Amino acid sequence: MTDQLRPDPGRMDYLDGNVLAGPLRDVFAVDLTTATGRCAACGQTGPMAALRVYSNAPGVVARCPNCEEVMLRLVRTPTSAWLDLRGATFMQIPMPAEPTMMPGPTAM
Amino acid sequence: MKRTGWWVARLVDRRVETDTSATLVLEVPDWPGHLPGQHVDLRLTAEDGYQAARSYSVSAPADGDRIEVTVQRVPDGEVSPYLLDGLSVGDRIEVRGPVGGYFVWRLTDPAPVLLVGGGSGVAPLMAMIRARREAGSRTPFRLIYSVRSERDIYFADELRRRVRDDQSLDVAYVYTREVPEGLSAQAHRIGVPDLNSHGWPAQLEPVNFVCGPTGFVEAVSDILVALGHEPRRIKTERFGPTG
Repeated sequence: MTDQLRPDPGRMDYLDGNVLAGPLRDVFAVDLTTATGRCAACGQTGPMAALRVYSNAPGVVARCPNCEEVMLRLVRTPTSAWLDLRGATFMQIPMPAEPTMMPGPTAM
Repeated sequence: MKRTGWWVARLVDRRVETDTSATLVLEVPDWPGHLPGQHVDLRLTAEDGYQAARSYSVSAPADGDRIEVTVQRVPDGEVSPYLLDGLSVGDRIEVRGPVGGYFVWRLTDPAPVLLVGGGSGVAPLMAMIRARREAGSRTPFRLIYSVRSERDIYFADELRRRVRDDQSLDVAYVYTREVPEGLSAQAHRIGVPDLNSHGWPAQLEPVNFVCGPTGFVEAVSDILVALGHEPRRIKTERFGPTG
């Protein structure tokens, strides 16, 4: 049934993932728009900045540019942020090299 | 230093660019600087507490705590008419940013650059042109700028001057409605010949920045891919009529 919820083909009122940078910055310590994400529906991998973002829904909805399935939803309430990432298999985030942190106590 | 949340800025100047656009100069205390192509979110709060936020590209390198955003009027929009008419010099407005690390030109990247702007989409591209000059970079830049008519060109005098003074900056215009007198070209939407003649061959491995309305960005990026450019070397930013 999800097909009925997809935007009309040919619709041009979406933005791109660049506009997610501000809202996501309130939630994450790194810039997620430069991250690479894989769509759970079709498997396409690409920059989060290239997603199609529909901000006329409540909150923002970001869809895969290939198959139009929802990859990310972000809704703000006065007291919290709701982030739904079930449409993304993974996100690969560029990070500078850093010494690996081992869990638990270490012998110095 | 990482900055999160909203910061209070003050409007210090507003410069008219065209009949439907202006550049706002904002003073943001402790501005940490930004990269060319990044944007900010601006937020307005009404007396009843209603809030509206929109993203705008920063169109120039920072000058201390001062940043410039260029705003296109969206008729019936919630935010842009207020930014252009309602907000007075000295008034406060909330700013979040700088944000966005994807649609960004890095001075350290030696690849030639093609900028393709549609209408107000030229704003972040202008930030790149200005930053390149400010840093004394010799990276070759080309701009293809699609506008309805000559009256709709943002930064017209400055672009003319920069092209005259800088051998490695070229600007080509595409007129979609009305061609200036004396030019033989027909009004048209940007197409393969424009990108072929005024862009870089794919073999030079340029980085292509495309910014404008969604339909424009889709058309240009499809053409660039067809001309052999790798998708990862085509960076896009869509401007929507969200007011």
